[in-house]
Amino acid sequence: MAQEAVLVELTGIYKEYDREVLQVDSLVLKKGLIYGIIGPSGAGKTTLLRIINLLTPPSSGTYHFKGKPLPGNGRERLALQRSMALVFQKTLLFRDSVWNNVAYGLRARKYSPAEIDRRVGQLLEQLGMADLAHRRADTLSGGEAQRVAIARAVAFDPELLLLDEPTANLDPGNVEVIEEMIRKMSRAGSMTVVMVTHNVFQARRIADEVIFIDDGKVVEMGPAKKIFSKAEHEKTRLYVEGRMIY
Amino acid sequence: MVLALAISLLLFAGCSRGARPDDGLTGDFIILATTTSTYDSGLLDFLNPIFTEQTGIEVQVVSQGTGAALETGRRGDADVLLVHDRASELRLVGEGAFVDRHDVMYNDFIIVGPEGDPAGVMQVDRVAAAYSSIAGGGHTFVSRGDDSGTHRMELRLWDGAGINPEGQGWYLSIGQGMGDTLNMANEKLGYAMTDRGTYVAMKNNLDLVILLEGDPVLFNQYGVMVVSPKEHSHVKYESAIKYIEFLMSEEGQNLINSYQVNGETLFFPGYGLE
Amino acid sequence: MSRLMNGVIEAFRLILAFDPSLLEIVFLSLRVSITAIVIATLLGVPLGTFLGLKPEKRTRFLNKLIFTFMGMPPVVAGLIIYLILSRQGPLGVLGLLYSPSAMVIAQVFLASPIITGLTMVGIRAQGSEVEETARSLGAGAALAAWTVVRESRIATLGAIITGFSRVVAEVGAVMIVGGNIDGRTRVMTTAIVLETRRGNFEFAIGLGIILLMISFVINSALYNIQKGGRSDGAGSSTGRANRDI
Repeated sequence: MAQEAVLVELTGIYKEYDREVLQVDSLVLKKGLIYGIIGPSGAGKTTLLRIINLLTPPSSGTYHFKGKPLPGNGRERLALQRSMALVFQKTLLFRDSVWNNVAYGLRARKYSPAEIDRRVGQLLEQLGMADLAHRRADTLSGGEAQRVAIARAVAFDPELLLLDEPTANLDPGNVEVIEEMIRKMSRAGSMTVVMVTHNVFQARRIADEVIFIDDGKVVEMGPAKKIFSKAEHEKTRLYVEGRMIY
Repeated sequence: MVLALAISLLLFAGCSRGARPDDGLTGDFIILATTTSTYDSGLLDFLNPIFTEQTGIEVQVVSQGTGAALETGRRGDADVLLVHDRASELRLVGEGAFVDRHDVMYNDFIIVGPEGDPAGVMQVDRVAAAYSSIAGGGHTFVSRGDDSGTHRMELRLWDGAGINPEGQGWYLSIGQGMGDTLNMANEKLGYAMTDRGTYVAMKNNLDLVILLEGDPVLFNQYGVMVVSPKEHSHVKYESAIKYIEFLMSEEGQNLINSYQVNGETLFFPGYGLE
Repeated sequence: MSRLMNGVIEAFRLILAFDPSLLEIVFLSLRVSITAIVIATLLGVPLGTFLGLKPEKRTRFLNKLIFTFMGMPPVVAGLIIYLILSRQGPLGVLGLLYSPSAMVIAQVFLASPIITGLTMVGIRAQGSEVEETARSLGAGAALAAWTVVRESRIATLGAIITGFSRVVAEVGAVMIVGGNIDGRTRVMTTAIVLETRRGNFEFAIGLGIILLMISFVINSALYNIQKGGRSDGAGSSTGRANRDI
């Protein structure tokens, strides 16, 4: 089954980054699922995303992507990076139109102009954002900007979409829109989604699998149902029930 | 912060003219407006401390071109003037702007140029002839062009030679001081007319040599005078007169004569035109 | 006071009459400063971008050097260029001293550190975020760098304009290396110094007014550019709010 194929495999990863210390003995991400990474702030969630996206090389450990070990040579790295996308917590849109923002990844991959036009038009239509196409990015509201950032990340059909707190600063209406967008995209293709969130309810709403990280370590990982109803670890139970004391 | 500002303002006000109380803190002082040539020669640094020691009056020197110095005096922004444009000085005394004018000393001007002397200035002994051959050959001549007494004198001499150099390609009018003018002449291998004092002071750093001296038209008379207290009541007339008396005294005149730079006397006491 | 008023009136008369000697000075000023800024931009923007993308730790010494040169007194810059171009100096044989070229060189010397430094600061402000965003979207090194430059264009333009307004208003360096030669190297600032010394205030104030007007135009442009993005945002979000209602 394609759904059972392993996409990412991390072993013995260690990294200190930006006041986070991450230590992952073993982590396997399978194709086509939505993963929710939860845990208190500073637990190492962002560092984990950055390592998966090759932005931050780990100090030690091994990283396999679709069975291939990393780091490979420069071209392999670029090719791998091009098969995934990361949406940062702090959205940064380019000072340009929405259309050009969404087209950025396609241009980087040297798609033909006609193909770019077709794909961007289709995607914006699909996501109900056609009316935003010619707005300048710096005139968008927070919710609109976040939708554009996600659209920009999925425009080139990445195999792996990494989202860092995609709804952190949005009002409830926008949160719903974004979550619906993520579900829709996941269902549409074989895209794997890894979403960091500090909001356990959000993880419960959309994640197939949940990874609980605390103090730089993966405490527990498993199907969302299991994590939320009968987690094995005391810490996990306390956290998902909102009773964890720091 | 505000207090410090207030205190400094008070102190500043204490130093300002007119309203200054004679509190002994700042001491008595006069402002001397003079020309860059006198100041740059170092003569005033030699004379003024002796005057201050004798009288307790400090001399603050503002050095400008003669035109600007005359203007400064006329506005009452100085007490006493030491300048060298005799005709203008006499006219302004006649108009009542200045009083107690004396011919205090004179110096002389020289024409300098590159050692190679392509215009052959060395072969003549009159300024008019020298200027004719410089203009005739189109050799670079650097002029102060700043309306100073020296510049005005230079223009009178061009006039005397029947030449109008303004706007000619070889005539560089730079609107700067004597030192800058000599530096440029040095760089451009050009000619210039300069007071002897500035040239002697700078000689070691210049390749320029004296090509013409001694033509009587090159003598330059300095006058000293006081800003009229009738025009500007805040003028420190008494102190200014003491300064003039010092310069005109036998001691003052001897001091002027004794002042040398690089072994050369730059200023000669008294009246030097006839 | 009346002298100032007369000066201003006479100044406007000179400006409106397109006084040829005034125009000649204004045009030379602009020619020298614009040439210098073009060269300084070609040097400073790539260097500033390069340094801005490096981690600050690794460029610390260079940063200090650039910031020192940014604050270099123009007369010192003038003196250094003078000594280099002087007949006895290393480049004396070129015979550039007291020419507009010498003034351009001095102004490039003054403006390049400003443009480099301010570009670097602008890039550093969010350059690495832009670079990471670009890379996370699949950009290679070259495209990522180009994206950083494009995204920092407001700061970079600000750097260029700041450099220009500094050199066009500068007097010390151009006086020393240009020599203020009438009809050749006399620019607005050196002419103002001269005419003030001469007591020819009308001409000086006329030039002063033109210099102020140029400065006003430049700084208005800078203000609008830097404010541009933000005010657009405010304007259109109100627009959207209205539409939502």
